[in-house]
Amino acid sequence: MVNHARTARIHALHEALAERVVVLDGSWGVLIQGFGLSEADFRGERFKNWPSDLKGNTDLLNLTRPDIVSGIHERYLEAGAEITSTNTFTATRIAQADYRMSNLAEEMNREGARLAREAADAFTARDGRPRWVAGALGPTNRTASISPDVDDAAARNVTFEELREAYYEEARGLVDGGSDILLVETVFDTLNAKAALFAIDELFEAMGERLPVIVSGTITDLSGRTLSGQTAEAFWTSIKHVRPLAVGLNCALGPKELRPYVAELSRVADVPVSVYPNAGLPNPFGGYDETPESMATALGGWARDGLVNIVGSCCGSTPDHTRAIAEAVRGLPPRVVPQIAPALRLSGLEAVEIGG
Amino acid sequence: MTSTGSGEEAARRASFVNIGERTNVTGSARFRRLILAGDYLAAVEVARQQVDAGAQIIDINMDEGMLDSEVAMTRFLNLIATEPDIARVPIMVDSSRWSAIEAGLRCVQGKAIVNSISLKDGEAAFLQRARLVRRYGAAAVVMAFDEDGQADSAVRKFAICERSYRLLVESGFPPEEIIFDPNIFAIATGIEEHNNYALDFFDATRAIKANLPYAKVSGGVSNVSFAFRGNDAVREAMHAVFLYHAIAAGMDMAIVNAGALPVYDEIPEALRVRVEDVILNRRPDATERLLEVAAEYKRGARDEVVVDLEWRRASVGERITYALVHGADEFIVADVEEARQGVSHPLEVIEGPLMDGMNVVGDLFGAGKMFLPQVVKSARVMKKAVAHLEPFINALKAEGGSRTNGTIVMATVKGDVHDIGKNIVGVVLACNNYEVIDLGVMVPAQKILDTAIERHADAIGLSGLITPSLEEMAYVASEMERQGFTRPLLIGGATTSRAHTAVKIAPNYSGPLVYVADASRAVGVMSRLLSETQSVGYASEVRAEYDAVRAEHLGRQEVADRTPIAEARAHPAPVRWEGYTPPVPKTLGVTVLDDYPLAELVERIDWTPFFQTWELAGSYPKILDDPTVGPSARALLEDAQRMLKRVVDERWLTARGVVGFWPANADGDDIDLYEDDSRSRVLATIHTLRQQTPRNRGRAENSALADYIAPAESGTPDYLGAFAVTAGIGIDERVAAFEADHDDYSSIMLKALADRLAEAFAERLHERVRREFWGYAPDEALDNASLIAEQYRGIRPAPGYPACPDHTEKGTLWAILEPEARAGITITDSFAMLPTAAVSGFYFAHPDARYFGVGRIDRDQVEDYARRKGWTVAEAERWLAPNLGYERKR
Repeated sequence: MVNHARTARIHALHEALAERVVVLDGSWGVLIQGFGLSEADFRGERFKNWPSDLKGNTDLLNLTRPDIVSGIHERYLEAGAEITSTNTFTATRIAQADYRMSNLAEEMNREGARLAREAADAFTARDGRPRWVAGALGPTNRTASISPDVDDAAARNVTFEELREAYYEEARGLVDGGSDILLVETVFDTLNAKAALFAIDELFEAMGERLPVIVSGTITDLSGRTLSGQTAEAFWTSIKHVRPLAVGLNCALGPKELRPYVAELSRVADVPVSVYPNAGLPNPFGGYDETPESMATALGGWARDGLVNIVGSCCGSTPDHTRAIAEAVRGLPPRVVPQIAPALRLSGLEAVEIGG
Repeated sequence: MTSTGSGEEAARRASFVNIGERTNVTGSARFRRLILAGDYLAAVEVARQQVDAGAQIIDINMDEGMLDSEVAMTRFLNLIATEPDIARVPIMVDSSRWSAIEAGLRCVQGKAIVNSISLKDGEAAFLQRARLVRRYGAAAVVMAFDEDGQADSAVRKFAICERSYRLLVESGFPPEEIIFDPNIFAIATGIEEHNNYALDFFDATRAIKANLPYAKVSGGVSNVSFAFRGNDAVREAMHAVFLYHAIAAGMDMAIVNAGALPVYDEIPEALRVRVEDVILNRRPDATERLLEVAAEYKRGARDEVVVDLEWRRASVGERITYALVHGADEFIVADVEEARQGVSHPLEVIEGPLMDGMNVVGDLFGAGKMFLPQVVKSARVMKKAVAHLEPFINALKAEGGSRTNGTIVMATVKGDVHDIGKNIVGVVLACNNYEVIDLGVMVPAQKILDTAIERHADAIGLSGLITPSLEEMAYVASEMERQGFTRPLLIGGATTSRAHTAVKIAPNYSGPLVYVADASRAVGVMSRLLSETQSVGYASEVRAEYDAVRAEHLGRQEVADRTPIAEARAHPAPVRWEGYTPPVPKTLGVTVLDDYPLAELVERIDWTPFFQTWELAGSYPKILDDPTVGPSARALLEDAQRMLKRVVDERWLTARGVVGFWPANADGDDIDLYEDDSRSRVLATIHTLRQQTPRNRGRAENSALADYIAPAESGTPDYLGAFAVTAGIGIDERVAAFEADHDDYSSIMLKALADRLAEAFAERLHERVRREFWGYAPDEALDNASLIAEQYRGIRPAPGYPACPDHTEKGTLWAILEPEARAGITITDSFAMLPTAAVSGFYFAHPDARYFGVGRIDRDQVEDYARRKGWTVAEAERWLAPNLGYERKR
């Protein structure tokens, strides 16, 4: 059954991307830490007797402390975020196994999307401006391309098929709960992301409808590579088959360090570019030093230089960062998506164009 | 001489792509032999040679009757994925079996090429596979093959390609990702119909390039020379000539033996002319004429490719560095042996050239010029080098000439599973003649410390990647202090830093403490820490440095807010007392459960954590049907059940336990246990801690376990239970026997089973407490799954766990239950239970009782707690270090 409201919102999203830089929300970590939640908060009444520790299972709050989750969405929307992403970064069967909560993963996603939807709709009802919900699919805590065993490079602790099944379930929950967009984010192993995109494609086929997808990679250090060793261009080449709404980068680096890779992606990708860097590199105490003002200056600069279409912030950021970023990009034109001539482009760790 | 043609053609030649074919079991006899023999390391070298020799894509094919092609494809692709020198190029996944192609696509992070799909099985199958190829994000080779067979004439080749192209593009397949293979067939076979096959290929190629926009053309060139098997000089000449004309016709890429292609212009003219006659079908006697001269050029089959071995000419030290940086292990043993012969002691090879090489690796990694997979690869080369040197080092040791430089216990701390960095440090230290005892990942503090004592370790190294690990490291340090350790502590891992070590860890530990920024520094740090002459000076120098860092940091620190303890007590856990009468236990005092029937426990085992122990992810019983780990899980469970049967039948283990109940009432945050129901004499006091987290952070109460027991002033008679159980009596002998037999598998299996049995015992006993011993839920009827999910009334918190973080309360438990005398369970000075397969705790019966975490507490409560426990504040701070919400004074 076609969801007409969603179809209208997606149409509005394409229009928005054509005319301005769209603002995505920021990090959950800082705000959640601010609540100083205890084991008991995470457990709530429903899981009070759960056999393993649950503290730190942030995505579980969708079920046990929806008030906190809704509150964070509201704070970001209030600060000017137009896309709010769901509190579901670890809500896969695989990542939840640590808490023995694999079977609750889909519910966490559905509820996470529902809470985001409610908050987004409430803001739209106030001022008539569209707000979008991005259902977030994180990388899981396992990598399909990297061996966990120094003595056996062929060993893997997760397979493509396991990832595909887990992501299918996650994506279904996110769509059921009311997501407009699926956001495959913090990709540090592109094979994990390909499994997610495979599952999403299967889900869309089953639904008979395709939703926009954003794929956001993570350059893990100054070598300019993902954890699994790909350059930004190789990453784009590996995932462009899904024709995403946007491709981008997030996490790991702050705006200063990330800029060259944003520029690289902006040059090669013939779709909108989204970026939400960390508030700087983590300082020695797990905190972040980039202020709302310095973040906004950097991201505003990228927008003026025509590098980005969607901007937000990642680890270490707060609604104050979002407010400053929204202010900095207001009224600026979006990056013009380049026309790139068709060619056979392949990749290993590096991208290669087959000439002729 | 043939000219190189137009500028456009020259450009095309320059951009022509070589696809390495030597990693194909159907094309390379050597590669097939290596794969069949299971020598994957040598097989990986074949791939490396192909890339080094200029292959821009490598073709991987495992179609061999004796092989499980899916398994071989997966293993080989996983291996080369971790070889950055190979993995930098795209992969062509080649098989005639779709299942092998899919297995390959599931291992490749980059954009690959599928070789191949075709209309052979009809349009539906063709389009369905094309759809999957897109879903996996690959490009596709499309063979000129349809329902009627492979196309041989130019006309039919093009017709099939055009039909395929139309179907694909209409279905949404990007035309630029279609690569046609219009079939290269053998020529000069003596069969007249074959003579025009090369020209047919060229004509079809031209038609494809002219009419099917963006499509590419590829092919397997070695087929063309099949008639000249055994004469590689002629074959290579045929390939070069074929390619010369094919490229001119528009061919974009070809599967070739990269590195074994002579340059067209350098083929001896007499040979080249005759080859060209054959390729271009220029005269009827072309085949005979080529055969006439073929013998003159005959050279044996050449399966090896000459690679760039320029680096082999450098000095042995430079060669070792090269091998380490490039992760190339083929010559490392020879090089290390050469180096060893040039020194007086084999250790000098490790300390000299090998460490120099690892330092280069460390520097490149630090500078972002090498990345993780390469470093792991370097570590492997290092291990291989050291393995070669070990016998020589041991021989000298046997003569009394040497001993290890020292022993270090290393672990990734509890709660963290990231160990690559730690493994690398371990390898580097082992390479430097340190004995490395690697405890693996998620290692509890006590296990690290016990091992350090047991193995007389000279130092302890902690690693972690996730932020919560920082806290666990501080905890390990505080435990070291508390337990009187003085040996050096090394801190490393991605989230650690000098500043964190100085501020958060140094105050907890007065022994030598050093932050190790990366693996390359580990040896320098260890050698100074363990040096007889330098250690004291070095440790105090580092400490002074950390003191300075800390002083600077503390100058800027803000005060954390905690709820004052008096206010916290005014907001206890919400417990309904109105209308509630605490149930009276059926038996007061202690009940001993000696030699508890193991069979009753076996059926209550929660298997999920058992599989986690063996790193098989998934919940039981679903894990048994898991497509990936299912077979391993089933095999493991079979082994476990076989051993369990012997454990039970042959009484390998004995389960023993004690359970007791006492009249009890709360006195503030303490719980007094009385000798009898007259409640006149206090037998013992349990001290509980209260949460002090500010309630405005989404919290309504500040709980303490004492809230679940009726206060003395209420006049309500209440009760508290306690228990200690083990399933590990007798395990040490068995484990020792297994280990003497080098049977680690059985030893780990038995430990894992004993742990499970102890947990099952605790669960079973709690159930019997609810139904019989305390008897407040006589009709409770829950199946094992519900029990595991703890869907019942009452809790059993254990000292040392979040609701009751003070381990010393176990001392009180031991005083009243006497598990040592009654059940053979002892506690160590640090209140760890032995046997380790043991569980103990308190029983609370109130329906509102629930698990919680005490979290951070403030100095006011610590002072109050010290007074209640009869401790000094310093003692209390030491035992409660992990829960302190403020910096301790020292």
